[in-house]
Amino acid sequence: MISHHIPRVLSKLLIPLIMLFALYVQFHGDYGPGGGFQAGVIFGAGIILYTLLFGLDRAKEVFRPRVLEIFVAGGVLLYGGVGLAAIFAGGNFLDYDVLAHDPTHGQHLGILLVELGVGITVAAVMATIFFQFAGRGRTDD
Amino acid sequence: MLDIVHLVLFTFLAVIAVAIIRLKDLFAAVMLMGIFSLLSASLFTVMDAVDVAFTEAAVGAGISTILMLATLALTDSKEHPEHNRFQAMPLIAVVLTGAALVYATFDMPRYGDPDAPIHQHVAPRYIEDPGDEIDVPNMVTAVLASYRGYDTWGETTVIFTACVGVMLLLGGHAIVERFRRRKTPVSDGDA
Repeated sequence: MISHHIPRVLSKLLIPLIMLFALYVQFHGDYGPGGGFQAGVIFGAGIILYTLLFGLDRAKEVFRPRVLEIFVAGGVLLYGGVGLAAIFAGGNFLDYDVLAHDPTHGQHLGILLVELGVGITVAAVMATIFFQFAGRGRTDD
Repeated sequence: MLDIVHLVLFTFLAVIAVAIIRLKDLFAAVMLMGIFSLLSASLFTVMDAVDVAFTEAAVGAGISTILMLATLALTDSKEHPEHNRFQAMPLIAVVLTGAALVYATFDMPRYGDPDAPIHQHVAPRYIEDPGDEIDVPNMVTAVLASYRGYDTWGETTVIFTACVGVMLLLGGHAIVERFRRRKTPVSDGDA
């Protein structure tokens, strides 16, 4: 790959900020615009920027495909797990009222966990799909 | 003032849409589609739909442009039309459908009309009650994650399914290899 020094140095400054902003969008979604989906996409964009500038092989060492696969399923399972936890606590599927002693606290907890599940899945899916596209035609996994 | 902003944005959208159709260079078309998404995001912002604008800017202008470019890298960045002669039937079909859609918009309530049917059903409860029921300041999050939690659950599984589909289509060979290596215990290099 041709060495792109200036974009690489700049991206090293930018990527942590992009990921931090993704976390802000994730956990501030209750109060401002944003939420799990947007946060996941921004985090995935950070991973893709890293891949574009440092190459697929190095990106796969940092964000291991096997770990990303676990996160792809893990986010969906976290979402469904919150729903099942509500059933076991005596409510309906995805009825967050029963998750804590106080219905409002239960709603807060449920929304936080559910959005986290969406964020994890979306970020991992975006990175995985890009890795698949970028790695198409290569023999290595 | 706001009408002028709407008018300018919609004009740009129409111009870019026509340009995308007429372009034969797919690379330029992908770039224009990114600009189209960014303009749509501005339009959503002007319409006070900040959450949707956020998603449109991140997904439409960002990720889909990257994925389209990655697809072009795998295939071909030039369009090769089978025939260039003018065809009347597709044009008639498109014009008729478009006219029917425009005609249908005359029956729709005006943009932002508080008496519109959509604002009579459950919307008042979503707007007035979250303070007591959910206590989340962002109404959109309250609707998406709690009131409409089933739909968001469905959307998340759709994204998951899309990822599995891409992995099977593009990386199927690698997955088969991985299982083959796992089945044969004696092999060079661990799995």
